[in-house]
Amino acid sequence: MADKPTFREEIAGVLHASTGNPLDVCMQCGTCSATCPVASGGFMDNSPRRIIAMINAGLKERVLKSNTYWYCASCYHCTVRCPRGIDIAELMYGLKRYTVWHAKTQEGMIGPVFSETFVKMIVRTGRSYEPVLATSYLFTLGVPEMIQEAQTATSLMLKGRLPLLPARIKRLDNFKKVLKRIIPLGDPDE
Amino acid sequence: MKKYAYFPGCSLEKMAQSYHHSSIETMRKLDVELEELEDWNCCGATAYFHVDELLAYTLCARNLAQAEKQKLDVVAPCSGCYKNMFSTRAHLQHEPALADHINYALEADNLKFTGSSAVRHLIEVFVQDIGLDAVKAKVTQPLKGLRVAPYYGCQILRPRKADEDVEQAHYFEDLMAAIGATPVDFELKLRCCGGALIITNRKAALSLVRNLLDNAAKVGSQVIATACPLCQVNLECYQKLVNQEFGTNFNMPVLYFTQLIGLAFGLPPKQLGIGTELVSAESVVCLARSKPS
Repeated sequence: MADKPTFREEIAGVLHASTGNPLDVCMQCGTCSATCPVASGGFMDNSPRRIIAMINAGLKERVLKSNTYWYCASCYHCTVRCPRGIDIAELMYGLKRYTVWHAKTQEGMIGPVFSETFVKMIVRTGRSYEPVLATSYLFTLGVPEMIQEAQTATSLMLKGRLPLLPARIKRLDNFKKVLKRIIPLGDPDE
Repeated sequence: MKKYAYFPGCSLEKMAQSYHHSSIETMRKLDVELEELEDWNCCGATAYFHVDELLAYTLCARNLAQAEKQKLDVVAPCSGCYKNMFSTRAHLQHEPALADHINYALEADNLKFTGSSAVRHLIEVFVQDIGLDAVKAKVTQPLKGLRVAPYYGCQILRPRKADEDVEQAHYFEDLMAAIGATPVDFELKLRCCGGALIITNRKAALSLVRNLLDNAAKVGSQVIATACPLCQVNLECYQKLVNQEFGTNFNMPVLYFTQLIGLAFGLPPKQLGIGTELVSAESVVCLARSKPS
């Protein structure tokens, strides 16, 4: 029986589909961290450069506790600037998936709940509908933020920019059959 | 007459309907027909790729296969939809075994992906497929004196598609100049608006939006032009929150580039969805109307 893969190997595994170079070519130059608008704004507890160093050093628990990848906005600026050709934005996606699959997402983080709500919604109807999405984060907000959110929503509603009814695709049955051939989903309506 | 399979994406159905209307109307003026992609589904946004890549590719592949059935290239006005469909097509062409597996799933909807339909962003259709000369030829109300900040955002240019220089893009400026406007030197034009972080990490997103508004205002912009519904919503609908959070006083209209083109083509503002903004674009409309050629 093969040995249990190291954390570093597991992460290399989730990046299998990416066309970027492997993480061990990282030379710790920090171009990604300086480029990242969220990291340079001071919002990430570990910069992308540090996350890569932590993965290479096998610091699994600390990586899984970090907010870095859930605070990545997928702007790909790090990816296009990395002098070593590492697809860093793709790494952030990989780490998100890793934590979702292992059910290791941190408490109070809106990102994973939002993504899962989104995925379930599309499986049911084929299209996005903002009011359903709002349920994934509305109750995590404080009272002042909730009031702000309601005000923004009201202004948009008055301008006719919020949908009243969810959209559905026409060949929804076929659509669900397609998705079931990829992942054995239970019927969400049953 | 040129024809494309038009993929509006979920935002353009309601939140960004002004982008939808102005896209259709300006394209019609240029003799381009946007035939809506039959029974399109959501592109998966960023959320699907957070949870499962294969499912995300499948969603995009269904749309691509549908475009192939209509024998048309597909055009997306939303940068997020564009990036997802473009990357999916490139990836499946690169990995035939994965394409086979996804085609087994698509059989259930009588569809097949081969990669024959190309994926275009709407702004590429204007700049590359139609060309600036043809756009210029339709201008009846040049937007003379209007200082526009051309905001590219992220996913039109990134991730890089070929060997293009993604840091030196200039076509948005050229397009704005073609309709008579003055593109300003908008230093942060390629920086991120925060995207979906406006929901999942609001403080970070508001601070990114503030930086963009600040930079656009400092260089004397009268309007920011966008090519993505998420950028538009973050910059415009959350502008009031930025002002509350940072004690700023921004009052910067944010319009879709198609709305500005429509004004320059002499189309009525209402037909372009102007009037549904939370930050009034009246000043832009007045300026456009006061300068008939």
